[in-house]
Amino acid sequence: MAGPVFDFSTAAASRTTGAMAGKDFGNGRLNSFRNGVEAAIPALRRYARALTRNSETADDLVQDTLVRALRSEHLFHGGDVRAWLYTILTNLNRNRLRSLARRPVMTLIGEDDAPDMSGPEAGSRDIERALASLVDDQRAALLLVVLEGLTYREVAEAQGVPVGTVMSRLARARAQIRAYLDGERPALRRIK
Amino acid sequence: MTDRDLPVAEDELHAYVDGELPPDRLAAVEAWLSTHPQDMARVAAWRSLADAIRARYGVVATERVPARLSLRQIERAGRSWRGIAAAAAVVAFLVGGLAGWMARGASAAVSGAAATLTTDALDAHKLYVVEVRHPVEVPGSESAHLTQWLSKRVGYELRIPDLEKVGLKLVGGRLLPGPHGAAAFFMYEGKSGERFTLYSTRADGPDTALRYNAAGPVAALSWADGAVGYVVSGEADRDRLHRVAEIAYAQLERAPAR
Repeated sequence: MAGPVFDFSTAAASRTTGAMAGKDFGNGRLNSFRNGVEAAIPALRRYARALTRNSETADDLVQDTLVRALRSEHLFHGGDVRAWLYTILTNLNRNRLRSLARRPVMTLIGEDDAPDMSGPEAGSRDIERALASLVDDQRAALLLVVLEGLTYREVAEAQGVPVGTVMSRLARARAQIRAYLDGERPALRRIK
Repeated sequence: MTDRDLPVAEDELHAYVDGELPPDRLAAVEAWLSTHPQDMARVAAWRSLADAIRARYGVVATERVPARLSLRQIERAGRSWRGIAAAAAVVAFLVGGLAGWMARGASAAVSGAAATLTTDALDAHKLYVVEVRHPVEVPGSESAHLTQWLSKRVGYELRIPDLEKVGLKLVGGRLLPGPHGAAAFFMYEGKSGERFTLYSTRADGPDTALRYNAAGPVAALSWADGAVGYVVSGEADRDRLHRVAEIAYAQLERAPAR
């Protein structure tokens, strides 16, 4: 593991919880499932926030994920609860986008544009927009790897695709963001 | 040839950044990067992108989790929701019984898909019945063309019910987006200008009996038959709406679905 890139403190913490939970037996199983779900909530919120870039929508998504998870506990056959929760959330988000697609939300183009692009907020605005410029599946793949610290294999399971597809989604996401940032910045500087 | 001499593919650069590189390739990739500044720059850019994403969203995981997301809350809400659903089913049963139309005697549980369909239909109804000059795309005088066109778009054979018996004339129809593709929308008008609409689109749920849904001054009766959903919307005068829907239902039931 090289450098700060792999320092996912929260992800690592909930992974530990998952591992410990796995060692529970008998009566402990139910509680360990519940504990695993509970421990994952902060990370699910983080992922959902980055995925939707809207805190209300994100928390709705997490809530639906938790409802679904508790209701279908019998479908969970061990393993990493966290990865399973990401799978549920990813699917719910896909359904959400599908239903949104037929009632588009209108956003004003150029709304809160250039003036915000200076100062300490500039970097985070850049990131939000760069993420927004991605195709949904690419954004999800990138965030699951980079923000949530899932392995390629776990992302493949969450997205229901082969590992090779995850890798090409990642590559395309990174290329797209780079092109976006390269193309966008000079123009915005000119406006300033 | 040793591992060191194999050219490094882009996949490996991503894997390197994401900690997915097999250990036996690590030295080779690092050696490659030391002599390929362009790749090195890409790797650095990907890393700083990752840092920026974590800097922007990492803090969310340290925020206090809102009460509505606590498991205790969710478990409690789940229980009370089931209670409400059961109570609603009982009420629907009683109301349906009193009104004298427990059509086909199917269960009163409303599935999410059916609810979406009805909401869409009611939205369309409210939007277009107030339209004076352009209520429809194709006028009722061209009903043959209308049937053919919309059947083609929704992907199953449509039939436009004749509602003269209840004093309604076909104004015309239009194409709308539905939950699973295109939807057909027909408008009828009565003597005093009152309007009723019929909305039809593919429905992925099971067949259902007639269901009543009121939304303020307008109401809808919906049903699903052979993977096709129908919603008749109109004024919230239940008896009139019921008569309209029954006649439409009788004519559409005979229509070959799909």
